[in-house]
Amino acid sequence: MNAPTKPGDIKNSGDSTVLDAGDVLLNIENVSLRFGGVKAVSDISFNVLKGEIRAIIGPNGAGKTSMLNVINGFYRPQEGKITFRGKVRRSMKPHQAVGQGIARTFQNVALFKGMSTLDNIMAGRATRMTSNIFLQMIWHGPAMREEIDHRQKVEEIIDFLEIQHIRRTPVGRLPYGLQKRVELARALAMEPDLLLLDEPMAGMNLEEKEDMSRFILDVNQQYGTTIALIEHDMGVVMDLSDRVVVLDYGRKIADGLPEEVQKNQEVIDAYLGVPH
Amino acid sequence: MNIASAKDRFNAVARAVVRKEKEKTERPKNWSAGRDEDAMSGSTHVDSANDETFPGLLLRNAKQWPDRPAMREKDLGIWQSWTWQEVEDEIRRFAIGLSNLGLKAGDAVAIIGSNRPRLYWSIVAVQSLGAIPVPVYADSVAKEMVFVLEHADVNFAICEDQEQVDKVLSLQDQLPKLAHLIYDEERGLRDYDHSRLHNFESVQLRGQERLAADPAISKEWQKSIAGLKSSDVAVILYTSGTTGKPKGVLLTYENLVVTAKNANAFEGLNERDETLAYLPLAWVGDHVFSLCQSYTAGYCVNCPESLETVAEDRREIAPTYFFAPPRVFEDMLTTITVDMEDAGRPKRKMFDFFMAVARRSGEKILNGDSVAFSDRILYFLGEYFVYGPLKNHMGFSRVRVSYTAGEAIGPEIFSFYRSLGLNLKQLYGQTEGSVFVTIQPDGAIRADTVGPPATDVEIRIADDGEVLYKSPGVFLRYFKNEEATRETKTEDGWMHTGDAGFFTDEGHLKIIDRAKDVGKLNSGSMFAPKYIENKLKFFPNIKEVVAFGHEKEFCAAFINIDLVAVGNWAERNNIAYASYQELAAHPEVYKMIESHVDQVNRDLSNESMMSGAQIQRFLILHKELDADDGELTRTQKVRRTFISDRYGPLIDAFYDGSPSKHIRTEVTFEDGRKGILEATIEIRQMKPYPEASDVVREAAE
Repeated sequence: MNAPTKPGDIKNSGDSTVLDAGDVLLNIENVSLRFGGVKAVSDISFNVLKGEIRAIIGPNGAGKTSMLNVINGFYRPQEGKITFRGKVRRSMKPHQAVGQGIARTFQNVALFKGMSTLDNIMAGRATRMTSNIFLQMIWHGPAMREEIDHRQKVEEIIDFLEIQHIRRTPVGRLPYGLQKRVELARALAMEPDLLLLDEPMAGMNLEEKEDMSRFILDVNQQYGTTIALIEHDMGVVMDLSDRVVVLDYGRKIADGLPEEVQKNQEVIDAYLGVPH
Repeated sequence: MNIASAKDRFNAVARAVVRKEKEKTERPKNWSAGRDEDAMSGSTHVDSANDETFPGLLLRNAKQWPDRPAMREKDLGIWQSWTWQEVEDEIRRFAIGLSNLGLKAGDAVAIIGSNRPRLYWSIVAVQSLGAIPVPVYADSVAKEMVFVLEHADVNFAICEDQEQVDKVLSLQDQLPKLAHLIYDEERGLRDYDHSRLHNFESVQLRGQERLAADPAISKEWQKSIAGLKSSDVAVILYTSGTTGKPKGVLLTYENLVVTAKNANAFEGLNERDETLAYLPLAWVGDHVFSLCQSYTAGYCVNCPESLETVAEDRREIAPTYFFAPPRVFEDMLTTITVDMEDAGRPKRKMFDFFMAVARRSGEKILNGDSVAFSDRILYFLGEYFVYGPLKNHMGFSRVRVSYTAGEAIGPEIFSFYRSLGLNLKQLYGQTEGSVFVTIQPDGAIRADTVGPPATDVEIRIADDGEVLYKSPGVFLRYFKNEEATRETKTEDGWMHTGDAGFFTDEGHLKIIDRAKDVGKLNSGSMFAPKYIENKLKFFPNIKEVVAFGHEKEFCAAFINIDLVAVGNWAERNNIAYASYQELAAHPEVYKMIESHVDQVNRDLSNESMMSGAQIQRFLILHKELDADDGELTRTQKVRRTFISDRYGPLIDAFYDGSPSKHIRTEVTFEDGRKGILEATIEIRQMKPYPEASDVVREAAE
């Protein structure tokens, strides 16, 4: 069997800066995002270190998903500076984010429902296809060899996430917990440096949550992928993450180790509400 | 791109990957170059012990069938295979590596995991050093596992993955003798302390280096294999234990080899057969079917990709020799029935028509009896339109022999498969007897008996109805449990099975129940709980039943509904439900189950011995009986005493006449956390039928 991909193996079309664990992978400085008069995110700064699991938490409407959308280039902030792999980003489209090594999953599963699990994950490899689209259509020569290599990679991910039994099942027929897992598989197929997970455990039962937690830890450990995740289940956040940033009404109210954040009065107030 | 063309593309990819993989698996074999000379120079005395032990049989097979596949496993979506010669290489390197780590003759090695080739190889590698393998049920929780590991004094543990390693590590304080742990699957284990923990490959590498450094080692290894005696202990298998603590059954090479050879000869199994290994490694059945019989006959054992893909993998492999407990056949039939109910009208019509033909004549054709010519033609057409595709769908196209055992199989289910032309047979066996006690021979198959004694087996029925047998497979003794050995095995070698049964006029054995479970109602009539439970369990809607009645006024029963069958039925009948509990308590479900109970009562009233034990009250349990809660054994058998303690209030409610009862039950989740389930359960009253003889008398008056 092939050795699993190590962080160093990742071939990025963007730049070739090699970072060690602990270096700043992503830095966010004074970012603000407005929709007309609505301030979704205001003046937020934090960073994500290479190899860590970083949680972003906060009550509903705190601006967590907006923050994720800013990171992967779906929204363009009006103010602030985003540095990824030491390079300042000006403006970017989501597909360029993928090219740079950022992949994500969505709060509401966004898979191709009519396609099989295998096809969905193969779709994750699309950005890595280098052969000519016409050769791909007739499936010949280099295109065939390339697809076989991609299939090999996809099979490794299928094995890793233990979804062999649903390889050929259309994802629309799968239970929710498994769909989430397929979505994670598709994100992994992009071999990202930074994996953004938007509520990976939402709507799951205890057993599914435990499985998912184990997979997130395994991905982090085995592939060395840096992970930024949004999650509401405090138990999960405290167990999984290395550092936590807390947002409330678009502002950052705390940032630090899980234990510190848990004790922070402002965080407790934000979650439980303060009597007025 | 439409779906169909996408499918073709991916099939083509899969084929291309297979080609590529084949090139890759051609590995260098120079390190084993010295082996053939060794084998030749030592061949005279190696051969003498060759086919009496499994390591000896391994050497024989590698020489006799070097290029025939011995094992396959589906990995990354592709079947990988190993020939007997390759298996010998793998085992040799691993065995030398183990001995380099300090494994000695007489040590015990726990083997924990699902059906992976490397775990099967471990068993033989351990045996080749004179040590004793102890397969352990992989799904047992740490608390259950510690008893076995402690009792067997294991020195090494070979685990499948992180899950099993974690369990063993959590117990290491209680296992002072445990020296090393070896794992197969590295995932998640990279950051563990590797001072006592080893990767399977690294152990093999150790062996390879030793072999390369000193060619004499290979010779020594063969010598130690030649030194194994057929009376040596081959394996310790722990019985799952319906009652009390598990017992370690010591089986010798002679027990297993002779039994396996007899069984191979009986069914004509040879090196061209194929089987699928998917049942627990620690269970005697899997040990005999997937290891002992394979090593003696030389056939290929296929390991599925994962437990969830067994059905698909079976379809791809199409085994020729197949074993499944009745539950698997029941589940398959349930799925087919459900799927056919959802199928279009023409398909359903065709299915019903040809199934009627099969019911009428299929079994007769399989048994070689005479059948009307028109039915022969219809059956021939049916094979083309229905039976063939159906068998293909289930992966039974090539099956020559298929067994079921462990529990009674429903006569309807049994006949269904046989009428399709599947040579399904029943056997009766025990861990203590290396499985085979009785087997049904071709042409004399009955749904309600387990057949005549197997080759070299003697059976007699004790005065109290208990079945006793004597065979070459009878175990040596229980490990560290003299008392239990004395209770089970008599001085002159007769084995107590603990089952009550009798011989039919044909000379076939019929098992009624566990001898100690057969009780009496207060009225004095016989009460055989299993007999009644099985009758109910033959309905697809009923998954599990526990009957009560010993020293009571009448017979009463707990019933577990089958979520798949009842769920589908509810969907088609517009019955809404949110949970198992809600579905189980639904009045319509009660009505349906009541009709099943009523039919069983009618059946029972026709049997003079059993008519007193008709079910007078029943209830549907609010939760599925589960091995995690201790209600079932790991092999899914009901633990009667435990259940009657746990649900004591419900049993009391049966006999104090209350129409319903509130109960709080503690449930254990898979991770060991506990929760509470509460429910008010309705108890249904049934009207028993008069005994058959009474009806006749009334009619006569």
